[in-house]
Amino acid sequence: MIDALGTPQSLLLLGGTSDIAVAIATEYARRRPLRVVVAARPSSRRDDTAATLEAAGCTVEALDFEATRPETHRAVVEQAAADGDIDIAVVAHGILGDPEQAWTDPAAAIQLAEVNYVSPVACGVALATQVRRQGHGVIVALSSVAGERARRSNFAYGSTKAGMDAFYSGLGTALREHGGRVLVVRPGFVRSKMTEGLDTPPLSTTPEAVARAVVEGVASGAELIWVPKPMRWVMTVVRHLPRPVFRRLPF
Amino acid sequence: MSVTGSRRTLTGWGRTAPTMARVVTPTSVDDVVDAVRCGGDRGVIGRGLGRSYGDAAQNAGGVVVDLTRLDAVHQVDQGAATVEVAAGVSLDRLMRRLLPLGLWIPVLPGTRQVTVGGAIAADVHGKNHHLDGSFGAHVASLDLVTADGAVRRCEPDGPEADLFWATVGGMGLTGFVVRAVLRLHRVESAYFAVDTERARDLDDLMDRLDRDDAAYPYSVAWFDSVATGRRLGRAVITRGRSARVDELPPGLRGDPLRFDAPRLGTVPPGLPGGLLNRLSARAFNEVWFRKAPEQRRGEIQKITRFFHPLDVVAEWNRGYGPRGFCQYQFVVPFGAEDALHAAVRRIAGSGHVSCLNVLKRFGPGDPAPLSFPTAGWTLAVDIPVGPGLAGLFDALDELVLDAGGRVYLAKDARLSAATLAQMYPRLDDFRAVRARVDPDGLFRSDLARRLAL
Repeated sequence: MIDALGTPQSLLLLGGTSDIAVAIATEYARRRPLRVVVAARPSSRRDDTAATLEAAGCTVEALDFEATRPETHRAVVEQAAADGDIDIAVVAHGILGDPEQAWTDPAAAIQLAEVNYVSPVACGVALATQVRRQGHGVIVALSSVAGERARRSNFAYGSTKAGMDAFYSGLGTALREHGGRVLVVRPGFVRSKMTEGLDTPPLSTTPEAVARAVVEGVASGAELIWVPKPMRWVMTVVRHLPRPVFRRLPF
Repeated sequence: MSVTGSRRTLTGWGRTAPTMARVVTPTSVDDVVDAVRCGGDRGVIGRGLGRSYGDAAQNAGGVVVDLTRLDAVHQVDQGAATVEVAAGVSLDRLMRRLLPLGLWIPVLPGTRQVTVGGAIAADVHGKNHHLDGSFGAHVASLDLVTADGAVRRCEPDGPEADLFWATVGGMGLTGFVVRAVLRLHRVESAYFAVDTERARDLDDLMDRLDRDDAAYPYSVAWFDSVATGRRLGRAVITRGRSARVDELPPGLRGDPLRFDAPRLGTVPPGLPGGLLNRLSARAFNEVWFRKAPEQRRGEIQKITRFFHPLDVVAEWNRGYGPRGFCQYQFVVPFGAEDALHAAVRRIAGSGHVSCLNVLKRFGPGDPAPLSFPTAGWTLAVDIPVGPGLAGLFDALDELVLDAGGRVYLAKDARLSAATLAQMYPRLDDFRAVRARVDPDGLFRSDLARRLAL
């Protein structure tokens, strides 16, 4: 159960080795050790994540999770719920891809769409079933400001995030009457392994800052947050810029 | 009864941590037995008037059985001063029925808006705990619908004594209480003769309570939770006893048992958060302290003023805004006054604010393994939910635990399972009874899941 102050007893990380997912688990564990299911590809990184969380007092279970095989997602969620309710599920997996390949190479475009959109939707459906069964639970969906208005530089990535953002926003409304909640998180540029080597734009943030915002968002009952907070107002302006102006933006 | 029930989002009185359950509303004991059978894999839990602050009467994904329709007052035995009731009756309704007969419910918590079943399940206490104990001590027998669908009559020293005491304070996890026989007190009037005095700080407060608490059947202190330094723990003590008819002003003597409980209004829904903030709380605490007389003896007060000032305003919990609030109530044994000091310092210095701050001496506890009161000092504060509150409460847990104390489950909404097990050393006794009467764990609540009861 998530208690009155927003502290959960269990956490499912889909894409459990993503920097943001690990940061969220670490932030919760710092408050009170909990049960964490790390669903990710088997890797030394997953082992390290498990070891770190165990050292923080958590009970950790590692599950194999392959984003390119959405038909297996339901089984992963069911397995994660076998030992008790899933209080918070974090849908954290995603790839950035090569932005130019992503609109010129069909295979790259399809892979991006599968990992960033099809898989999160399959996860969302499976999680929704679980939330409805248990009558409570929060799904944290890691979207991106890139989904708010498609920019030339990464519109294929942005389109996948726009899709998953819309799906999870709607899912939040649908789950209300079943006791569940969805928190859609729109971070700006996050300095993480996914963005290694890229230039850092203004208002960039860190996995730890996103994690703190998620923890606060879950506790306050928020449904949509931007990290950092001012990004909300920046994007409000960006959304309404006339196309000729928008096209000339430097990023 | 509608066995399918309706899906509803439920919270406790603190309006935190909402979850969804199917709510069924039985109107007879047979219906309750049916409700046991429609539990399903998420279990069932009873619910009364929803005055537990946390998640005790919630059951996410399962069935919540609203027992408030079982509200008959079956039989009043004036000679023996006992009453047999259906357990869904509220103490308010019961009091209105009993008072004209000169009979008095022996234990009244801070509100009359609780059911008899809820009062048993939380083993509630009142201002007279130091002399009269908690609610369970006044229950002569109760009927419990257990997981097997049987209706078991339990008495405090009968063959089902262990089930009786597991049910008292058992937070509804042993079964549905459907009927109870209560032993009552007798009163001449519906009024109280009340002495009020102020204490300049926490030591003065404890000294005054230690000195002559035994002389008053009812005793409680409100303390200032904002003042720090020399005025830390300054307080207003109100203590009294049931007034005799000859003590009443002449105008009241004609109808001394008249129950006068006005409703001044209802707090509207949708109030914003932050109405209770450092500024307003400081002002409230200051005014509340100053408006009390330095000392006043023998003032005649009516029930609502002395016992239940909050019942005058309906739905007052809405005033804390959309994020709700938590009450933290703990008891530490006599001798652990240092821990009490440390706790008050911690609260006053935390930046979190509270207006309903209560300090009281408890008498000895009862045999119930999960009953809260034990001999010692109990303190309660109401704090709106906000950032950093988890840290304050965790720190208080540590203080309380080190002092050999515990927190009250009927108020709790955030304790951890590990801490709970340390605070209630007889948890295993409770679990043993539960394992016997409910081996599959049919009776379940969000509180039980959270605390691994």
